[in-house]
Amino acid sequence: MSEQKVTHLTPHDNRQPYGVGHNLIVRNEGIPFDAGLVEDIRINLSAVERRVASLKGRRTVKKDWQAAWLLKAISCIDLTTLSGDDTPGRVRRLCAKAKAPIRADLVEALGVADKNITVGAVCVYHEMVATAVEALTGTNIPVAAVSTGFPAGLSPFHLRLAEIQESVAAGAKEIDIVITRRHVLTSNWQALYEEVKAFRDACGDAHIKAILATGELGSASKVAKASMVAMMAGADFIKTSTGMEKVNATQPVSLIMMRAIRDYYERTGFKIGYKPAGGISTAKDAVQYLIMVKEELGTDWLDPDLFRFGASRLLTDIERQLEHFVTGRYSAAHRHPMG
Amino acid sequence: MSTKVAEIFETMAYGPAPEQSDYVQEWLDGHPDGFDLFIGGKWVAPEDKKKTIESRDPATGKPLARFSIAGKADVDKAVEAAQKGFAKWSKLSGHQRARHLYALARLIQKNSRFLSVLESMDNGKPIRETRDLDIPLAARHFYHHAGWAQLMDSELAGYEPLGVVGQVIPWNFPLLMMAWKIAPAIAAGNCVVLKPAEYTSLTALYFAEMCREAGLPDGVVNIITGAGDTGEMLVRHEAVTKIAFTGSTDVGRLIRKATAGTGKKLTLELGGKSPFLVFDDADLDSTVEGLVDAIWFNQGQVCCAGSRLLVEEGVADRLIEKVKHRLNHFRLGSPLDKAVDMGAIVDPVQRDRIDSLVNQSVTEGAVKWQPDVPCPTEGCYYLPTLLTDVSPANVAAREEIFGPVLTVTTFRTLAEATELANNSRYGLSASVWSENINRALEIAGMVKAGVVWINCTNQFDAACGFGGYRESGFGREGGREGMFEYLKRSDEWRKSGSDIVDNAKLPEISTKHVDVIDRTPKNYIGGKQKRPDGGNSLAVAGHDGKFVGRVGDGNRKDIRDAVEAAFKAEGWSKATAHNRAQILYYIAENLSIREEEFAQRLSLLTGASAKAAKAEVDASIARLFSYGAWADKFDGLVHTPPMRNIALAMNEPLGVMGVVCPDTAPLLSFISLIAPHLAMGNRSVVIPSQRYPLIATDFYQVLETSDVPSGAINIVTGDREGLAKVLAQHDQLDGIWYFGSAEGSEMVERLSADNLKRTWVNNGKARDWASNTQGEGRQFLREATQVKNVWLPYGD
Repeated sequence: MSEQKVTHLTPHDNRQPYGVGHNLIVRNEGIPFDAGLVEDIRINLSAVERRVASLKGRRTVKKDWQAAWLLKAISCIDLTTLSGDDTPGRVRRLCAKAKAPIRADLVEALGVADKNITVGAVCVYHEMVATAVEALTGTNIPVAAVSTGFPAGLSPFHLRLAEIQESVAAGAKEIDIVITRRHVLTSNWQALYEEVKAFRDACGDAHIKAILATGELGSASKVAKASMVAMMAGADFIKTSTGMEKVNATQPVSLIMMRAIRDYYERTGFKIGYKPAGGISTAKDAVQYLIMVKEELGTDWLDPDLFRFGASRLLTDIERQLEHFVTGRYSAAHRHPMG
Repeated sequence: MSTKVAEIFETMAYGPAPEQSDYVQEWLDGHPDGFDLFIGGKWVAPEDKKKTIESRDPATGKPLARFSIAGKADVDKAVEAAQKGFAKWSKLSGHQRARHLYALARLIQKNSRFLSVLESMDNGKPIRETRDLDIPLAARHFYHHAGWAQLMDSELAGYEPLGVVGQVIPWNFPLLMMAWKIAPAIAAGNCVVLKPAEYTSLTALYFAEMCREAGLPDGVVNIITGAGDTGEMLVRHEAVTKIAFTGSTDVGRLIRKATAGTGKKLTLELGGKSPFLVFDDADLDSTVEGLVDAIWFNQGQVCCAGSRLLVEEGVADRLIEKVKHRLNHFRLGSPLDKAVDMGAIVDPVQRDRIDSLVNQSVTEGAVKWQPDVPCPTEGCYYLPTLLTDVSPANVAAREEIFGPVLTVTTFRTLAEATELANNSRYGLSASVWSENINRALEIAGMVKAGVVWINCTNQFDAACGFGGYRESGFGREGGREGMFEYLKRSDEWRKSGSDIVDNAKLPEISTKHVDVIDRTPKNYIGGKQKRPDGGNSLAVAGHDGKFVGRVGDGNRKDIRDAVEAAFKAEGWSKATAHNRAQILYYIAENLSIREEEFAQRLSLLTGASAKAAKAEVDASIARLFSYGAWADKFDGLVHTPPMRNIALAMNEPLGVMGVVCPDTAPLLSFISLIAPHLAMGNRSVVIPSQRYPLIATDFYQVLETSDVPSGAINIVTGDREGLAKVLAQHDQLDGIWYFGSAEGSEMVERLSADNLKRTWVNNGKARDWASNTQGEGRQFLREATQVKNVWLPYGD
């Protein structure tokens, strides 16, 4: 499996892969802050929306292809619980689902038992990291912790850094940080760059996923600019939302962020991951996102190392669709074990 | 199935996604003997049943159906049926007609998937396009025009339908073009005989069945199939009062010639070589998709396709790289596959033509690039193609290819971009990409195109007029501007009489010496009095046949110079409406100072009583005031298509006009014909009344004292018909108004076919120049302008 991952590396990628299991991709080192790269960004929202609308009619997958793509979607899910009432018991149940996201008979019928399909990661608050790490022992499934005063990101800066460090110490392999929206709203790109860079340094070997809270940034070009700055500062992933904003992941915003990723890749050779989060709840939505990834970024990005769904309800719908594919009968949610 | 899923899980490839088509095939199979003609609400066998046309599926080459070829007797029958239908249909109330159009809109929606599949099979375009664009937009046209039928009595009061309308449509958007043609025509109360293209007649035949189902009265819509010959018979049919044609510029020219002098109204929606302008501040990734929508939409078989990419030099390489990247994962394939970007070319003849033009372009120095993507080996396909290093002289930069071929040329400045964009005989559409609204709107005003799409392309809606400048044709389809193409004013002309004096009846002019200082007026060109090139003059008689003076005998070189002067006077077209109004009032003011002199001159020339002569001068002053008033009031419209978008319908001056004046009311008719051009910003070359030219030559002294910029009006006296002919043949002229004889009208229309200049002729009829309905108003302003629709999507 690791050999196959290495084929994702481009000629620009000359470093050794990090770790084993998930997150094999070469990490983004970031580049020095370049105001020109930010200022040159132009986004035409109407044209972006037309591309999104048109893409739905240009690409689709049916039958076996649809089933395979849905399995890929599962492998890219960050199975998430971010509630004030989370308990170890709840988190252990989620981890069990993460390890075996699809009913065994369906896995068998689909002929993918040897693929050992799991979700991409389990995503929790810091307090639950240790529980999740323990529950996932013996798997390659990383634990992701939301951090830095999630979701508003307005706690004291030194505490935000400390929070990252503690989560990493507790075993989190990925840290989902939130940026200070103020820096974007006031176009203080240098400040945003420094903030993300400091977060990345605090992450050490853990991968950093920068949540931009796109629903609060005010315009399409601000989303693209914030994406570029986060990548310059070394983000391994850029992510739309905390799931707590009024507007979370949307396809137009995703297109804008994916194009920023492509731009950064073309300039630096670093492949940055993309994670839409919040509001993606149907198998149909998921496939549309995957199609957009394939069209805008390429097949390389259809991999949990470079693409994740931040979703809690999505898995159930995919399971139902897969059962329909196998049996020809419409399924019901209660037929699939809950997480 | 199991290994397959595991395998796809690794490759993440796309698979086939076929649209079901068996039920459409069943319908086709239900017509084993082919289709008859739809005439008078019934299926009627053609006179000659032996000759048929076979429709083939371009994706497979397999035959789909056979249909009839309408001959002369069949065309006659169809026109008769339409005439019969017209008697009743035109008498229905607007609301009753609206109900029928509404029913057709609903039926299209209820059969939308069937129509989409049939269209895709017949034409080769992807099901995505028929399903998402062609068919919904066809329904939208019927909805929108049901509305015009409903509102006609109030919103278009004073207008009436024309009668039987002949419509000939192309194969690139078969059902959609049919809807664009039929909906406004029947909404206005006309009946139609429509001939679909021979490659793609099937959806029109299905629509005929729907007309029956909708209970549309017999004869309102008649559909006759056939090839070019059938179309020509329809165009030439005497009982047809209007021709609406969409197709090639060459055929458009033939139709212009064939209808010249017949009094048939004409709308021509012809070819294009539309520019796609990209500035360095454009959203380049979106621009790439814009190009896909522009030239790789419907396999590039779109009259308004953005086929000439003009890109600012500094971003050219980057943009081309992005385009190539996009094309490298382009998907070509079965039109019925739901996951393709492009389907099949309509017919092998077209594919060969595309290929030969591309090869010629390469021979002329262009560099060809095509992506390395799978292309079906069976069926009629052509890879998306980029031609770089295309000089403005290259065949691919000038000729409409009508295929998926994009040429690339770079520019340095906005001015150069505009020049390149306008360096074409066509003027259908333009697409402008820039995030700077100042820049985008400036260039939108400068490009010669009937439709300008800012940061978008190939957007259409029934509420927005569509149509071209220059050799892309004239007339608009859609919106209020489109309705006028199917209507006429009930009182446009006098019931009888002529506007010209028959020169043959004039008494011989006595040229006996008159004891006054010689005053031989010259031509008035570029703001100066210019001696006629030929060095000759013509004697002018008073009403009694006695000699009253001489005028210059202008020739073709004088016309050449006058057109040149008018062309250079571009500033007038850019002057503000307020400024133009001021000048018109000033002319009126100066005319009023010399009222007595002009009245006397009129009496001397025409024999009008002192009272009548004074009344004509007063009316002329009032008319100048009218157009001073109109100058800043002939406002455009803001259309609101059903998307986050506004479309500005702007009335733009046509440019350089020829004006050929009648003899009746020589001062008033002259003023009535030049003042609207001044008001709208046209620059004119005027041939005054041949019988009374001194009125016009006297008048240029008024112009000289009224701050009229040089070249805005030019006057050449002489042989009216001879000079009109030179004007009609002049390719720099954008339009010509002719008010003379029936023969002259025919000549002007026929000769205008070469550059397809706009024409407005009287066909020998007379107008009551003194009346405010026939002598002035919106119709004059509409004939002096063309509508440019600027689409402006917004959002950030």
